[in-house]
Amino acid sequence: MNFDSLLWVLLLGSLLGLELIGKVPPTLHTPLMSGANAISGITMLAALTAIIKAEPNSPLLLIGSISLGFALFNVVGGFFVTDRMLAMFSRKPTKKNK
Amino acid sequence: MTLPDIIKFVIDLLAVLLLALGIKGLSKVRSAREANILAAFAMLLSVVGLLAYYLGTSGIPTQSWAWIIIGSLVGSLLGTLLAKKVPMTSMPETVALFNGFGGMSSLLVAIGAFLFPFNEGAKAGSIEPFINDVSISVSIFVGAITFSGSIVAMAKLQGWLSTPGWTQVKARHFVNIVFGVTSLLAFVYLIYGNISSIWLLVIASTLLGIGVTLPIGGADMPVVISLLNSYSGIAAAAAGFVVDSQLLIVAGAMVGAAGLILTQVMCKGMNRSLVSVLFGGSLSAQGTTSSGSGEYTNITSCSVEECALTLEAANRVIVVPGYGLAVAQAQHTLREVTKKLEQNGIEVVYAIHPVAGRMPGHMNVLLAEADVPYEQLKEMDIVNPEFPATDVVLVLGANDVVNPQAKNDKSSPLYGMPVLDVQEARTVFVIKRGMSAGYSGIKNDLFDLPNTSMVFGDAKKVLSELIGELKDLGVGEK
Repeated sequence: MNFDSLLWVLLLGSLLGLELIGKVPPTLHTPLMSGANAISGITMLAALTAIIKAEPNSPLLLIGSISLGFALFNVVGGFFVTDRMLAMFSRKPTKKNK
Repeated sequence: MTLPDIIKFVIDLLAVLLLALGIKGLSKVRSAREANILAAFAMLLSVVGLLAYYLGTSGIPTQSWAWIIIGSLVGSLLGTLLAKKVPMTSMPETVALFNGFGGMSSLLVAIGAFLFPFNEGAKAGSIEPFINDVSISVSIFVGAITFSGSIVAMAKLQGWLSTPGWTQVKARHFVNIVFGVTSLLAFVYLIYGNISSIWLLVIASTLLGIGVTLPIGGADMPVVISLLNSYSGIAAAAAGFVVDSQLLIVAGAMVGAAGLILTQVMCKGMNRSLVSVLFGGSLSAQGTTSSGSGEYTNITSCSVEECALTLEAANRVIVVPGYGLAVAQAQHTLREVTKKLEQNGIEVVYAIHPVAGRMPGHMNVLLAEADVPYEQLKEMDIVNPEFPATDVVLVLGANDVVNPQAKNDKSSPLYGMPVLDVQEARTVFVIKRGMSAGYSGIKNDLFDLPNTSMVFGDAKKVLSELIGELKDLGVGEK
């Protein structure tokens, strides 16, 4: 991919992000922030790429692996914690229906 | 395009679509939980797509597999452990910590890519070295700020770090400018081929992150975390340029932009501009010079017993929960009290200020944990007209969000902040540990009003005493 197209991708991605959340009920601010935060751990892909292409460079393997660890801590932890928060909201209606 | 290229392209496209739908869904109560799972699935899909692509093209060496598995296992396990164990009251600092680690990840990848260029494009020179270096520098700069800033934010929310007076001196702007200029210089040197200046860049941007976050008061921390969350998206997008991945750029940009919007929304709720949050320092430090400070002249303190008697006679009660409730972990005890009142036919509603607690939505999460029905949580705009028809308001560890100064006193730093009009109710009980000011450090005129009574004590202790008193009165026993 050449640089120009990547810049377009950046621009369109940013616009999409601006449009995605317009009105958010305050209830969801914390879960939304936490969920978006988990998504920002997408750097795990960069870490993976580094590890795959690192062979036979051991320092890079190590850096990549640590980076992957940090990213996955963010991603997995982030999604779980978001789910924990959201589970509390969704529990209510089901109880009512019973 | 070869077959692996096409497959990866399709998977990436699908992942972006699902991530976008995920973020969208997270902003609606009905779909939020599914949306979160959808986003998690999209992330998994993107990993599978990447691995499949390399398996189908260059292959993945065994040694790489080993490091991938070690890194993933350790990171995921620790992340899961923390996510499952952490109490709901410390959500904000947990998000800050996760966010910081995301920034650290971008920082490390960028350092790795700089020291040991692994991107064929960069190696072969098809990507201009200049652009490659700029992407790496941006990724390091933003990643380091995200990391150090988030860790400071977490430490402050945890109470490990206070906001000492020396952080408020004007000279801090100068120091931060020095850090910023140093980062910029390191950035330029790096692009001109001075390899060792990468460490200067790492150190200067880390210090900048600390320097900017440290003077910010605890009340503004949610905004800072939200902003840092946006930064970590930008760091991810920059890392996308480094490894030449469109998926990374789109996802990073989306999070960056969405985080920015959320930050704006939070600022509005607190009547603060982003600039004043970032550079204004802690509100309490300014509050002392404004007219908002002053002595209380007409404080009425009352016992738990009186409070119980008034509650028993009420028809309609509004509870205003605040950070004090969260700190005291009193949400379950509160629920017991309100259950008793409800059993006696008293209508109970919870008034949720947009920034009650330490993060928007924080109170909703806590009260939901204590099984408070969702319909009883009312947002400020809906509940405000209901105060005049309310017999008793229980203010639990909230302060600035119920300060009438924000409506009446134009000289007050709080002026213009949307507040709950609790003083309109017949009786207001403020359950509070002492007369200390709220996070803004400003005197609360509510406490001086004749219809306000203070019940001093820790929220949990007072509430459990209240349960005892209500029991003695026979409330809620059938």
